[in-house]
Amino acid sequence: GPSAHRQQSPTKHRYPSLHKSRGRGTTTSRWLVLAMAMMRFYIQKGTHKGLYKSIARTLKFFQTIALVEVVHCAIGIVRTSVIVTGVQVCSRIFMVWFITNSIKQIQNEESVILFLAVWTFTEITRYSFYTFNLLNHLPYFIKWARYNMFIIMYPLGVAGELLTIYTALPYVRKTGMLSMRLPNKYNVSFDYYYFLVIVMLSYIPLFPQLYFHMLRQRRKVLLGEIIVEKDE
Amino acid sequence: MIERREGWEGNDRANEGERDLFPQLKPGVEILDAKTKDKLCFLDKVRPLHKYYPQWYAARQSIRLDPKGKSLKDEDVLQHLPVGTTATFYFRDLGAQISWVTVFLTEYGGPLLLYLMFYFRVPFIYAPKYDFTTSKHWVVHLACMCHSFHYLKRLLETLFVHRFSHGTMPLRNIFKNCTYYWGFAAWMAYYINHPLYTPPTIYGEQQVRIALIIFLFCQVGNFSIHIALRNLRPPGSKTRKIPYPTKNPFTWIFLLVSCPNYTYELGSWFGFTLMTQCLPVAFFTAVGFIQMTVWAKGKHRSYLKEFRDYPPLRSPILPFVL
Repeated sequence: GPSAHRQQSPTKHRYPSLHKSRGRGTTTSRWLVLAMAMMRFYIQKGTHKGLYKSIARTLKFFQTIALVEVVHCAIGIVRTSVIVTGVQVCSRIFMVWFITNSIKQIQNEESVILFLAVWTFTEITRYSFYTFNLLNHLPYFIKWARYNMFIIMYPLGVAGELLTIYTALPYVRKTGMLSMRLPNKYNVSFDYYYFLVIVMLSYIPLFPQLYFHMLRQRRKVLLGEIIVEKDE
Repeated sequence: MIERREGWEGNDRANEGERDLFPQLKPGVEILDAKTKDKLCFLDKVRPLHKYYPQWYAARQSIRLDPKGKSLKDEDVLQHLPVGTTATFYFRDLGAQISWVTVFLTEYGGPLLLYLMFYFRVPFIYAPKYDFTTSKHWVVHLACMCHSFHYLKRLLETLFVHRFSHGTMPLRNIFKNCTYYWGFAAWMAYYINHPLYTPPTIYGEQQVRIALIIFLFCQVGNFSIHIALRNLRPPGSKTRKIPYPTKNPFTWIFLLVSCPNYTYELGSWFGFTLMTQCLPVAFFTAVGFIQMTVWAKGKHRSYLKEFRDYPPLRSPILPFVL
């Protein structure tokens, strides 16, 4: 389970890539667990209503410990940039804790299932890629999937997330959740509704950067192009 | 807030006019692009690089002996460099440059004007019935005077006190810095000058008085340090010296701290936070503190590296603590 790979192991120092691949493999299996739970629910119940609720606790747990991934990037175990991973993890934690978890009325929306499905698929592909890569036994189809599926998966995921936030807006406005108004002794105000609007708008500059970053990676890895990186 | 930013070791390149890079040239100097290794030009006469590539004026050029190494300085003379009969240099374009003075004036002028716009409640900020009214709280007037004084002081120091060791910085910095300063100034000013502003409640008038004393004390202190740093280096000289306390008591903090200008700056904003009891101000103070600590640590480290006899009692920004 997840706790196993966090224990100090004597093999860690002698076989560092084996240890890392065990970590990657554990993450893959977490997402596989989630995917299977989602599929089983849908097959059994025939509807996606209530699906979110059934996987909610597991999802929240997994997403939060995904913070560990950012640390992995920061200390250099994985070669993806810290900022790209950090932004992804933050946006996922935000979606899970501050949108779907807090606003019960939107939990049965199709858009929620959409982004959950996209995240699950993307993460399974990505972590399988890392695992097999570290074990030096990378089947081509995994590499192909990792660097091609994102082309439709990313826009679909963004659509799911944006639609979910948009659907949540009226409920936020009505309940005034997480908001603070003047006058108060800290002389500050915060409107969660407008904050969400700004979050939605921030996808406009941020998503293309992420997408083009992946496209550049794809050209380098799959097509063998040499790309000179712009430096500071 | 930003006093000395460490860029590459260089010197004044304020004029972008024609300059001979290598006055005592031996035959055979080739200049290659640092990234692609293409040959840019071959100098057999005394002629500056930007004669061949006019878009790369002197301030944008980074010339180095090794593609990944440090830039050469303007004063470096070819004869004293470790090169053979054909010298190979690597060129990197530093991007569009802008002078430091321009940047400082813009980034400090913005907050000064923006705050005043909120203070005078210019239309379209607050509800129309409040247009051009003034606050009934005296602390709001006091805050406006302090904030304006602070930025006015900075503008005057930029023009008359500071000695800049680098002439230019990359153009994109002005957008980054102005967003930071102007954004925070507008955010703070909005709440302090808001019709629904609540004056300090924890200790009331006493709190404002103490805050004002702290603020003024640190403003004088900060100014004293700037004057002391200016007097360290006579105009035109490039010598670097350890700053020491002078007759001015505000400089005695040099005994305990390497960058007391940042210490006093932090104190000023702490005072302003106390005075206004406004969370955005506290936030701005916190962010500034983090940034100044990073700079102070860097400066402290370079002092230690450069001077064997650097006073061991000194901390970068907070005495004994940080």
